[in-house]
Amino acid sequence: MLEAAKGYDPLLKRPLSIFRYNDGIIQFLYRIRGKGTKCISELRKDDVVQLLGPLGNCYPQPSGDFIVLAGGIGIASVFSLFEKYPGRAYVYCGSRNCEELLMLEDIKRLAKEVCVTTDDGSVCRAGLITEPFREFIESAAFSNNPLPIYACGPNPMLQVLSTIISDKKLECHVSLEEVMACGVGACLGCVCKTKSGYSRICKEGPVFKIEDIVWD
Amino acid sequence: MGLEKKNGVSKSGAGKPNLSVQIGGLKLKNPVMTASGTFGYGEEYAEFIDLNRLGAIVVKGLSPLPRQGNPVPRIIETPSGMLNAIGLQNIGVRAFISEKMPFLRQFNTPVIVNFFGDNVCEFEQAAEELSSTNGIHGLEMNISCPNKQAGWSVFGTDPKIMNEVVTAVRKKTNLPLIVKLSPNVTSIATMAKVAEDSGADAISLINTLTGMVIDVRSRKPVLANKIGGLSGPAVRPIAVRMVWEACRAVKIPVIGLGGIMETDDALEFIIAGASGIQIGTANFINPLATIQIIEGIENFMIDEGIGDINELIGSIRA
Repeated sequence: MLEAAKGYDPLLKRPLSIFRYNDGIIQFLYRIRGKGTKCISELRKDDVVQLLGPLGNCYPQPSGDFIVLAGGIGIASVFSLFEKYPGRAYVYCGSRNCEELLMLEDIKRLAKEVCVTTDDGSVCRAGLITEPFREFIESAAFSNNPLPIYACGPNPMLQVLSTIISDKKLECHVSLEEVMACGVGACLGCVCKTKSGYSRICKEGPVFKIEDIVWD
Repeated sequence: MGLEKKNGVSKSGAGKPNLSVQIGGLKLKNPVMTASGTFGYGEEYAEFIDLNRLGAIVVKGLSPLPRQGNPVPRIIETPSGMLNAIGLQNIGVRAFISEKMPFLRQFNTPVIVNFFGDNVCEFEQAAEELSSTNGIHGLEMNISCPNKQAGWSVFGTDPKIMNEVVTAVRKKTNLPLIVKLSPNVTSIATMAKVAEDSGADAISLINTLTGMVIDVRSRKPVLANKIGGLSGPAVRPIAVRMVWEACRAVKIPVIGLGGIMETDDALEFIIAGASGIQIGTANFINPLATIQIIEGIENFMIDEGIGDINELIGSIRA
């Protein structure tokens, strides 16, 4: 949870996943979506901000090659996996347009294979990233050598992902997003529906096994 | 004589001021409590602060049976505040007693259990079960929930219904009984008096103010529940005014809450007449808020040469 501004407007800290951590430096990659992220974007060198974290869980460590499905700013949550395990990730990365396609050169350098789509076709293949992802999952090559999947992105994308893999026994972890007030499990604001009732995304998550999630 | 000295308290800090307060038969080491629904069952904040230092812990509201709560979005930020519609999600009285009380009993801090029901009978049932549990020091009734027996009207906004439910609960418990008042009423003084006359040992106020936020593009309410409760610094002047009015209407102790973020905010309520204060939304933004405010009140008293917090309570000047 990262402080957005001094004073009380905006009031709440913002839940951001850690994009990179190296030598005591934490990096965040975020989309400017509202008042809070706008304030964060206006911070300057040497400004002091409060940080409450790290909070919640993280992706399990992959033992071999793995697949990453990232939609939009969801790339921020999975990027450190490529850096930690270079040359092992099959990356499926979708974005609205080429301006919002972030870190592409680094992803290409770190991944084993990369597939990129933009909704408007401004760069790479046009359409949703779930389409080429589906083709890969349904290919004979993949069936012979199934890999674990890590995904982060908008809920509709994750929902399509859950349908694509529903009848395949694949290991799949997704990182969820929701408005949060406290980040420590007290406010019960950021819940998601699971097979065992509501779970707190900040505390039991943000990473869940996809088969545990109940989509509305 | 370099040191100013009033009432035996010096600026050097020799002789600590007395912060302990008495609330309806409950002696607290300081007036600072947590507000229900903002502090979980205590565990969530134990890694940040020493729970032994709190005046009291008020836990998330409990009903006889577990509640799932509302769909998301449950919260939305507003100018200097937040709107929430969690939907009273809780694990239920029984699970609380067996799973959470063993943890809370470890601390030298009174546990006050906030509770509610769908009808008078459920209120009575919860009060009875909680009262026979070792380690619970007080009860706080949430009467801002819907009365499902009477067309979903809220218990705490109708004097007759409030009298009925508080009187019924009073018969079921010997623990100090705090009634948490809703601010969504025309006269807070009237409601405070009804609570007192119905047998409350203390009152706490304010609960959240009902509010709404609309997304102009989709033209839909932002919260899944459409409406929610407003809290945070935005509501504080309303809360201070209501606490001041309630203090003039009743003789029982009043606990003030509503947007307390810092020491001076807490002092406003105390000076208005509150014997205790609760920290709510501030916990979300700063998990150390309660402790910093306890220390802040103590420092204020030293600076002002006040030896006993009871001298400060209700010390508002005309």
